[in-house]
Amino acid sequence: MTDQAQILPGTLDLLILKAVSLGPLHGYGVLLRIGQISDSALLIEQGALYPALFRLVRQGLLKASWGTSDNNRRAKFYELTAAGRKRLREEADGWNRLVTAMAAALATRPEEV
Amino acid sequence: MKLSAHFGVLAVKIFRRSEVSSELDEELRSHIAHRADDLERSGLPRAEAERRARIEFGGFQGYREASHEALGAHFLETLLQDVRFALRVLRKSRGFTFAAVVTLALAIGANAVVFGILDALVLRPLHVPHAENLWGIENTDGSGWQSYPNYLDLRDRNRSFEDLAAIKMTFVGLDTGNDPAPATGWATTGNYFDVLGIHPYLGRVFHAGDEHGPNSAPYIVLSYTYWHSRFQDDRSVIGRTVMLNKHPFTIIGVAPRDFGGTLLFIPAAFFMPIVNQEQVDGENILNARGINNREVFDMLGRLKPGVTPAQALRDLNSIHAQLEKTYPREVDHNTFTLGHPGLYVFARPAGAFVAGLMLLAGLILLAACANLGSLFAAHAADRSRELALRLALGSTRIRILRQLLTEAIVISLAGSAAGLLGSIALLRRLSTWQPFSQAPIQIPVTPDAKIYIVALLLALVSGFLFGMVPVRQVLKVNPYEVVKAGAGSRLGRRITARDVLLVFQISICAVLVTSSLVAVRGLVRGMHSNYGFDPQDTLTVGANLAMAGYVGDKIPAMQRRMYDALQTVPGAERVGLVNNYPPLVNTAANSENVFKDETRDFSQSNVAAVPFRFEISPGYLGASATTLLIGRDFTWRDDKSEAAVALINREFSSVLFGTVNNAVGRHFRLQDGTSVEVVGVVENGKYLSLTESQQPAMFLPVLQTPPSPLSTFVMRSHRDPEELAAAIRRNLRKLDQGLVLDTQTWKGLLDVVLFPARVATMALGVLGAMGAMLSITGIFGMAAYSVSKRLKELGIRVALGAHRREVLAAALGRAIKLLLLGSAAGLLFGVLATRVLASIVYQATPRDPLVLAGVVLAMVLLGLVATWIPAQRALSVDPMVLLREE
Repeated sequence: MTDQAQILPGTLDLLILKAVSLGPLHGYGVLLRIGQISDSALLIEQGALYPALFRLVRQGLLKASWGTSDNNRRAKFYELTAAGRKRLREEADGWNRLVTAMAAALATRPEEV
Repeated sequence: MKLSAHFGVLAVKIFRRSEVSSELDEELRSHIAHRADDLERSGLPRAEAERRARIEFGGFQGYREASHEALGAHFLETLLQDVRFALRVLRKSRGFTFAAVVTLALAIGANAVVFGILDALVLRPLHVPHAENLWGIENTDGSGWQSYPNYLDLRDRNRSFEDLAAIKMTFVGLDTGNDPAPATGWATTGNYFDVLGIHPYLGRVFHAGDEHGPNSAPYIVLSYTYWHSRFQDDRSVIGRTVMLNKHPFTIIGVAPRDFGGTLLFIPAAFFMPIVNQEQVDGENILNARGINNREVFDMLGRLKPGVTPAQALRDLNSIHAQLEKTYPREVDHNTFTLGHPGLYVFARPAGAFVAGLMLLAGLILLAACANLGSLFAAHAADRSRELALRLALGSTRIRILRQLLTEAIVISLAGSAAGLLGSIALLRRLSTWQPFSQAPIQIPVTPDAKIYIVALLLALVSGFLFGMVPVRQVLKVNPYEVVKAGAGSRLGRRITARDVLLVFQISICAVLVTSSLVAVRGLVRGMHSNYGFDPQDTLTVGANLAMAGYVGDKIPAMQRRMYDALQTVPGAERVGLVNNYPPLVNTAANSENVFKDETRDFSQSNVAAVPFRFEISPGYLGASATTLLIGRDFTWRDDKSEAAVALINREFSSVLFGTVNNAVGRHFRLQDGTSVEVVGVVENGKYLSLTESQQPAMFLPVLQTPPSPLSTFVMRSHRDPEELAAAIRRNLRKLDQGLVLDTQTWKGLLDVVLFPARVATMALGVLGAMGAMLSITGIFGMAAYSVSKRLKELGIRVALGAHRREVLAAALGRAIKLLLLGSAAGLLFGVLATRVLASIVYQATPRDPLVLAGVVLAMVLLGLVATWIPAQRALSVDPMVLLREE
């Protein structure tokens, strides 16, 4: 577990949007999906997911409906709205630009200056 | 989003709160179940899996609350939740809640009552349209007295007022057939209603056009209240004729419901044109301009558009200066001021007094808040375990503070509601209270919406004030330590906020106790001081002979017959007559300019003194027990055919003649130039009010002064006043069936001059008692708390052989020290604050050893009462029990 990283503030929303964009998920499913797509490298406390989920619903980026899970339990499923999809695109672009810039900056060698 | 839609959503959210909440819970539980399923699949037993799932989930309550907020759970919803929780907590600690609510109810109630009075007397304008534009014209001394001819000149020559009206009070017998009863009338100028913009409720009012010279307009307009009580709302009274002092007047209208005239204290029963005043007063005031003929009570009017009050004053003062020049003998120097009508002379003292009360009531509230603040802090300290647990379970500090604040506000709202109910009941009673049976004086307080708003504001402010006290405490709580070590085992040695609050509160209490003792002492002195007469065993018989139809020379003849008839009343020891009122009655003494005998120019600049003027009969000095220092009393031979004579008081003789012995046989002159010989000197006394400085006074024989229909006989007798009054009535009715008599004990009449001091004493007494109670509970709370927190330490001390004294010192030393500190500070402030009282209370001096001793004694007693129970508890500590328990 030592190579797990605390996620940066503000990135949880993006991760959730990404996870849900791959198909409707219930809360626990979102958690699993984030673990899966990040190779368990990102750590979030399980309860912390819900305030974020509800915030996204309230912002109209996600919509939720009750259904039945694979475990045959009642669960609330989340999927992206059109606004959510748009937001995901924008945020991902922004994130990628930042990562590229950071990576380039950090890869700078002395002779390149 | 539209606002209404927003509220709609909000409403739905609130009403569907439980639904939302259970849905949320279900979702979170579903998450944990799914996790547990996974863990179970990995090989854990179900119970262990569920436990692990819960742990991994994190602070359930915290996330639940956070989720709720993220869902858009609004301020209001959290508030409801907080309120519910607060009610639960408060229900659990009933004693605390009760103490807090009662404290606040008293404090807020006191504030609401004082505010109600302030509102009624000072803030609220009269019930007339555009009251803010209505100005009363006041003289230098704050009164409105003016002679009628002066009024006419001011009215006709000023360029600042739309119009000027004038009023005069008149007390008449009103007879609708065969039932004469006294009534307070206002003789007003014809334009009065038009100046005010008052339209009748019924019939019509009179106008300037109705006046055609003296006694030309025999009309009256009834006030609504009087119409209601005397005529039972009979609409057919319009056009009916009633007799005012035996003269026929026609009722032409009824004034609107909430209009009782332009003087708050003395509501009018009816209004009549001032040009007809001679018929009811018996003498004509319309032509005399002299300073002794200032019969117009007040002038009032509205400024023309664009004219400022300052401009109007310049205008009025220049007219008055011209009058002064034209009539140097009649018109004295004067500078006008403008004021809003309603209270007149009383405006300033009443305003100052009520403002002072407001300040004291505010202090009470502050003290109550300080008290509750420390209670609250102690309460929070006792709950530190609970708070720590909540923090540990993931609640945020903000959330907990919000919760505590909600508790504070819930308490303060409850207290405020209780206080408001009480104060409104009190104000209602106050508004129907007639403090003096013989004078139609009322205190017109009617609680309105403003008072509710004030109470609410006070509740919120005080809730915040004392609710914020434990904030620091909560922010400092370290959940880990508290849960591990148990609550509050440490008691700080440092000076805490609670200590400061307590000292503050005790000093406020000491201020209040000091002021109330000063007031009580002043009142006692006022009641037992030397008035220059002895009101004990003295009955006064007032008769307005004008009401029975006597005018001119018939008056002295009738007075003499009444005097003789009173002499024959069984039990009568001494009898005397004084025109108008005796000294200190109804605050209605006249004064007059006098000049040195050699003066020939009787203009105002040569005035030698302005003594009070009383017109008395032979025998008055004996009946009133006024000591004659030198010379002789009047006799019935001192009449118009003899040289004018006078009795003067010691002050007068020292002002004009140097010494008492010098005075007899000397002369001085009255305003009209009459040379008067001094035949005797009497002791000094009080004449108009108890707080006045020593004033000169002169007494003239009734037979040498113009007849006055208002006659007061003074009878000294040791008989029971009730029986005596009945005997007097029998004897006087034999002379004339139509006499309207008013018998009172002189002592009873002094109520009026003692009224301000009484009210001040009562009000300060109540506030002082409240302050004392608050500090008892404050000290008690502090002492009891510190004893209970240190029981273990005390037990050890006892076990180690400490003496009772040492145990007490350890347990209560701090409380006593704080008490001493607070009392000293309070006493100091109290001494400074009582200067304010000096204008109301007779001889209000705090530098009175009795008062100082009283304050110290009171504070010591308070301390004893408050620390008694905690002290007993500390002394009864049984070390064995305590040490075993821990």
